[in-house]
Amino acid sequence: MSIVNLKEPEVVIREIRLGSITGFEGTAGELVQCSRAGKLKDNIRSFSQCMGCSSGNALCQLAMIQDAAIINHAPAGCAGDFFVFNFVYRVGQMERKLPAVNGRYFSTNIEERDTIFGAVQKLESTIREVYERLHPNAIFITTSCASGIIGDDVEGVANDLCNELGIPVVACFCEGFKSRIWTTGFDSAYHSIVRKIVKPPEKKTNKVNIINFWGSHVFDTLLNRLGYEAEYIVPFSTVAQLERISEAAATIQICPTLGTYIGAALEQVYGVPEIKSPPAYGIAGTDIWMRELGKVLDREAEIEEIIKEEHIRVIPQIEEYRKQLKGKTAYLTAGAAHGHSLIALLRELGLEVQGAAIFHHDPIYDNGDTASDALAHDVKTYGDIANYNVCNKQAYELVNILNKVKPDIMIARHGGMTLWGAKLGVPTLLIGDEQFSFGYQGILNYAERILETLDNKEFVTNLAKHSSMPYTKWWLAQNPFAFLGGDTSVEFY
Amino acid sequence: MSNFIEQPRYSCALGAQQTVVAIKRAVPIVHAGPGCSGKISSLIGQGEGYAGGNTIPCTNASETEIVYGGEQRLKSIIEGSFKVIDADLYVVLTGCTSDIVGDDIGRVASEFQEAGKPIVYAETGGFKSNNYVSHEVVVNAIIDQYSDKYAAKGAKTKGLVNVFSAIPYQDPYWNGNLEEIKRILEGIGLKVNILFGHHSGGVEEWKTVPAAEFNIVASAWAGLGIAVHLEEKYGTPFLHFPYLPIGGTETTKFLRQVADFGKLDKTTAEAFIKKEEERFYAQIERTADFMLEFRYGIPRRFYTLLDASYAIGFSKFLLNELGIIPAKQFITDDTPESFREAVSKYFTNISEFRSAEVSFSIDGGAIQEEIRRDNHKNRALILGSSWERDIAKDIGADLLIISPPVSYRLVLSCGYAGYNGGLRAIEDIYDRVLDTYR
Repeated sequence: MSIVNLKEPEVVIREIRLGSITGFEGTAGELVQCSRAGKLKDNIRSFSQCMGCSSGNALCQLAMIQDAAIINHAPAGCAGDFFVFNFVYRVGQMERKLPAVNGRYFSTNIEERDTIFGAVQKLESTIREVYERLHPNAIFITTSCASGIIGDDVEGVANDLCNELGIPVVACFCEGFKSRIWTTGFDSAYHSIVRKIVKPPEKKTNKVNIINFWGSHVFDTLLNRLGYEAEYIVPFSTVAQLERISEAAATIQICPTLGTYIGAALEQVYGVPEIKSPPAYGIAGTDIWMRELGKVLDREAEIEEIIKEEHIRVIPQIEEYRKQLKGKTAYLTAGAAHGHSLIALLRELGLEVQGAAIFHHDPIYDNGDTASDALAHDVKTYGDIANYNVCNKQAYELVNILNKVKPDIMIARHGGMTLWGAKLGVPTLLIGDEQFSFGYQGILNYAERILETLDNKEFVTNLAKHSSMPYTKWWLAQNPFAFLGGDTSVEFY
Repeated sequence: MSNFIEQPRYSCALGAQQTVVAIKRAVPIVHAGPGCSGKISSLIGQGEGYAGGNTIPCTNASETEIVYGGEQRLKSIIEGSFKVIDADLYVVLTGCTSDIVGDDIGRVASEFQEAGKPIVYAETGGFKSNNYVSHEVVVNAIIDQYSDKYAAKGAKTKGLVNVFSAIPYQDPYWNGNLEEIKRILEGIGLKVNILFGHHSGGVEEWKTVPAAEFNIVASAWAGLGIAVHLEEKYGTPFLHFPYLPIGGTETTKFLRQVADFGKLDKTTAEAFIKKEEERFYAQIERTADFMLEFRYGIPRRFYTLLDASYAIGFSKFLLNELGIIPAKQFITDDTPESFREAVSKYFTNISEFRSAEVSFSIDGGAIQEEIRRDNHKNRALILGSSWERDIAKDIGADLLIISPPVSYRLVLSCGYAGYNGGLRAIEDIYDRVLDTYR
C-alpha cells in the first residue's frame, strides 16, 4: 500500500509508487502473476510514437470544477488541450442543465527569456490578474516541462498568493517528462485537491463519492434505493462540494486507474471507505461489486434483493445476445483498467477476445488490495487472454497486430486508435461514456452497440478500399513487438 | 511582466509540426516530452492526415533524457522512423526539453543526411516562438537542408513561382485557400509551387523551390522571412501582398500585382480576370436584392478576432463587397512589433471613406470583455474562433468560425481565399444568419 503524504507538494509518480509499466508482451495471466510476484519489469521501445502526458490528464480533472480557474505555467503550446476540455465541459453543461460558460483557463506563456531568468514573476502577476478578472473560489496552477526544468518555485508562489488573496491557490505538479504513464496526471490533480481543498469532516453524510470523468449519472437510482446519494466528482463539482468529500459514507471508482489515488487518500486521511472490488462490468463483476457496496454501506439484504431482480431481468436477454454474437472475434485497445472491464464485458457476451493492447499496467493500486485488480478478475472468471500487450498508445504496433489478426470487431477506448481498424476494413467501436456499460443494464447497452457496429460494414469496407497506409510493408511483416525491449534494436538500413 | 493568454488561438514553436504534416508524404519526428505533439494536433489539426496525429514518431523525452541528454534516444527513434514510416521526407523537430538541456540534434541528424537520407532538422523548443514564426524556421530548414541539394546554380524556370500564404492547420482552411490561390495563379499563366496539401506535388515540388523565377507572399507578416531568405540565398525576388485576398476586388488587385511584378502576358491575365469577375459578380448581383431587402435583420457591423492576414482580408471584403461596417478589430496572432504599424495602416485606410479601429491582443478573455461593453444596438457578425460562442449569443451576433479552435466546424476543402472563397464566405455568413430564424 502506498502512503499518502499530504505534506509533499508532489505526488510520487506511478512507476515508483505502484511499480506501473508501459511495455509487456505475453498473456494476461502471466502479467497478473508477475505483478503479484513483484517481478514486473518495464520494457522500453527503441521506436515510439507520441503519447499523452500528465499535464493533460491533470487538466482533465481540474478543468470542469465550476468555480475554479486554471493557470498552465507553460509555453503557449501546452495549452493546446484547453478547448478539448472546454468542449467536453460545455456539452456536460447542456446535459446537466447548467448555464453556458467557457472554462477559465490561462497560459502564462513562458518565452525564451523566461527560461533564462525564470518565470516566477510572470506566474505571480498572472495569478493576481486572473483573480482580479474572475474572483474564482480557487486557482490551480498546472506545471510543464519548461517550468520544471528551469526550476521555478511554483509551490512557493502558490503559498504566497494563497495568503495574499485569501483563496486556495494550488500547485499541481504534472510535468510531462516526469512519467511515461500519463494517468499520473490524475494523481497530481487529486493530490492537489486533497492537499489544499478538502477539509476535515465535521459530520458524516449519506453521500457516496463517485470518482468519474463526466459520464452519465447511472448511480442515482441504485444509491437512492439504498438511502444514499451520489456525489459525482471531480468534473462539475464546485469548490465547496469538494471541501466536503471527506464526509462521504464511501467512495466508488468507475475505474481504479482514474481514482486509485484519491480513493486511497480519502480513506487513509479521512476514513472514507473505498469500495474495493473490480468495477461492475459483466455479471460476475457486478455481483462482486454490488456485494462489496452492500457490505460497506450496510445494506447487504437490499443488495441481495437487487441482484436477484436484476439477474431475472437481464440474464435471459444476455442469453439472446450471446446467441447472436457466437463465434465473433474482437480485439481491444484501451487504457487500464477500463480495458480490463471491457474484456469482462466482451467475454460475458461470448465474444472471443483475440488480444488486447492496453496502455499501461498498475500491478497494484494505492489501496494495496488485490480485490481491486480487474485484470485478475478477468483471468479468474473468464480464463486467460492470449496476446495481452501493454502498449502506451503505439499505433504502429496496433496496425501491425490488426493486419495479422483481422478480428470481426475492434473496440477502442481512446481517440486516435479507431482509424486503424477502419482503414483495414474492420468495424470499430468507441464508446466514450464509461458509465454506459456499467452494471447489469450496461451489459445490455453494450451488446446492442456491438451488434450495431458489426452490422455496419459499408463505411469501413469503402474506406479500406480508398485508404493509404503510412506504414512500410517491411514493418507490417515484422513481429509487432520488434522494437520492444533492449535486444531487438534493429540495424539501420 | 505578464503577457498571459486566455483562450489560446495558436500554438508554440513546435506547432510547426503541422507544417510538416501538410507536406505530402512527409512526417515530423518530434524530440520532445510525451504530450506535446498530441496537444498541438488537438488545437490545430482536425484529422490525422497522412502521418500526423498519433502516427507522429516521438522520443517522448523522460527524466533520463533531461539528465543525461537525449541524443542517443533521438538517434534510435530516427532509425525506427526510416524503417516503420513510409515517407519521402522526415523532419526532426525539438521541444522545450531538448532545447533547454541543449541536445545537439544537428549532429544526430547530419549523420543521416550524410548517409543520403531525406531528413531535415530544426530547433522548435516551444518557448522559442509561436507557430506563425516557427513555420518560417521549419520551411527555411527544409529549403536549406533538402531543396538546396537540388538547386541548379542560378538556373530559373520561366514562369515558376513559390507561394507562401496560408499556414497549414493554423489556418484551418489552408487546404482550400491554397487550392484556390494555385488555381487563380495558374489562370494568369504561372506554374505554381504551392508546397502544401493535396494540390501540391509533394517533395518533387520542394526540389524546384530554388528554381522559381519569383516568390509570392500573400500574408501580413508570417512567411515573409522565407521570401527574404530565398532572396538572399538564390537572389529570387518576391512580391509581398500583405493579406489574404478574398472576393472579387481584392483577388483582382492581387492578380494584377502579380502579373505586373512577373511581367506576365497582360492579355492572358486580363482575360482570366474578366472571366472570373463576371462569374463572381453574377452571383453577387443575383443575391443583392436579398441583402438589400431582407427585413428581419442581417449583420450591419463586424468584429474580427483573427490573425493579421485574415483580419485585413476579411475586413476589406466585408466592407467593400457586402457593405458590413467594421466595429473594432482585434489581431490575435501576436504580430511582431516591427509589423504592427504596417498592419494598423491597412485598417486606417480600410476603404476610400472609412478607417477602422484596431488593437493587438493575445488575451481572448479581455477582448471579449471589451466587445461586451460596446453598444449592441444593431446586429453584429463576429469572425473568430470557437471561444466566441457565448459572446456571440449574448450580444445577438452571428458567428463565423475562422480561427482555431474550430471545434464547432468540420473543415474539408472549404476555403475563403480568392473568387471562389469570397462566394463561399457569403454563403457561410448568410447561412448562419438565416439559420437563426424559426
